[in-house]
Amino acid sequence: MTKFKGHLPVILAGLVVGIASVVLVALGNPVNMGFCIACFLRDIAGGVGMHRAAIVQYIRPEIIGLVLGAMIMALAGKEFKVRGGSSPMTRFVLGFCVMVGALMFLGCPLRMVIRLGGGDGNAILGLVGFIIGIFVGTLFLKAGFSLKKSQPQPKIEGLLMPAVNVGLLILVIAAPAFIFFSVEGPGSMRAPIAAALIAGLVVGAIAQRSRLCMAGGIRDAMMLKDFHLLMGFVAIFVAVLVGNLIVGGMGLKGGFNPGFAGQAVAHTDGLWNLLGMVLVGLGSVLLGGCPLRQLILSGSGNSDSSVAVLGMVVGAAFCHNFGLASSTDGPSFAGKVAVIIGLVLVCAIGAGNTKKA
Amino acid sequence: MNQVDARGYSCPEPVLMTKNALKNGTPLVVLVDNETPLQNVRRFAANNGYQVSWKEVGEDYEITITK
Repeated sequence: MTKFKGHLPVILAGLVVGIASVVLVALGNPVNMGFCIACFLRDIAGGVGMHRAAIVQYIRPEIIGLVLGAMIMALAGKEFKVRGGSSPMTRFVLGFCVMVGALMFLGCPLRMVIRLGGGDGNAILGLVGFIIGIFVGTLFLKAGFSLKKSQPQPKIEGLLMPAVNVGLLILVIAAPAFIFFSVEGPGSMRAPIAAALIAGLVVGAIAQRSRLCMAGGIRDAMMLKDFHLLMGFVAIFVAVLVGNLIVGGMGLKGGFNPGFAGQAVAHTDGLWNLLGMVLVGLGSVLLGGCPLRQLILSGSGNSDSSVAVLGMVVGAAFCHNFGLASSTDGPSFAGKVAVIIGLVLVCAIGAGNTKKA
Repeated sequence: MNQVDARGYSCPEPVLMTKNALKNGTPLVVLVDNETPLQNVRRFAANNGYQVSWKEVGEDYEITITK
């Protein structure tokens, strides 16, 4: 019983994330995209004009909520400790590569689970790839991979990322003319700002408290036979699945639609769905956590994670500026080349940071 | 005494450092600088049949692992 109690926070966090994502879809977000760290960072990159893909431009309040919710919870729990300086450039590049992989698959690991819970069979290939990527990552860890120590930093270093998000919140509410809002496509599908922000705040707070991490769950199960974080992963799937069945039964937006073809914001190229997520899994393990976890840490005073998040944002802009991101029609040739380069680069980073190297 | 300074290392390195250090026997003292590795190292040790105690030392945490 005491054992189960220890797992309760992470299971609860998974359930809340799952429910929140189903609700956000019913309120207007794209199908199977109640929450997606990769997609939403990409939308934000578009919202501030870093790329001009007109269908994916919107400053997503969910992301702002996640960062600020994590910050509030970290401050309340006296866990807001500012640390940084652990291989920043490497972390930027890893974040960039994770985004290249995520936009090949069309989703971060969190959305992968959400897609599974919506019946999207293509996400099964993504999951297989993600597991392979994490396995390769654990080999680097076993060989002594390390991005070296972080150091204590002044408070302001840790407050900059939350401050950027406050700025983004002001922009999305004030909606000045120089900010981009998609009028069609996924970027135009959005839950009301207040609902999205509150969902982000709640999930950010509970994810900070529980250390929910998609990559960590599979990594710890593989390396340490520790299934703690994996329970959160499974809880998200269960909540999304049940939530979708209920929402579908009520005739609301979303629902459980099993199959491969015609899935929302997805493509059916299995090989590249898999390879994209290999890159995401491997990059996430080397970063020490999935995109969601990086975002939560960036709100909790960890400026190394903030740098990784910035790498993801720039990576997303790059992907859309140069046609690397997949569309519902499938991957692009340039995107395939980018994923291969990303895999080589991430392996080189892995090898270059092992003790035996 | 067997000691590991895992302060500043990101997930899951503190746990792996602990795992390696335990090969040299107990008692083992592990230093970490935030709550996440504190929980992770304690969970790892407890899952593997060790006794764990910990205390705050200034900004950091000192975890003592014994058989």
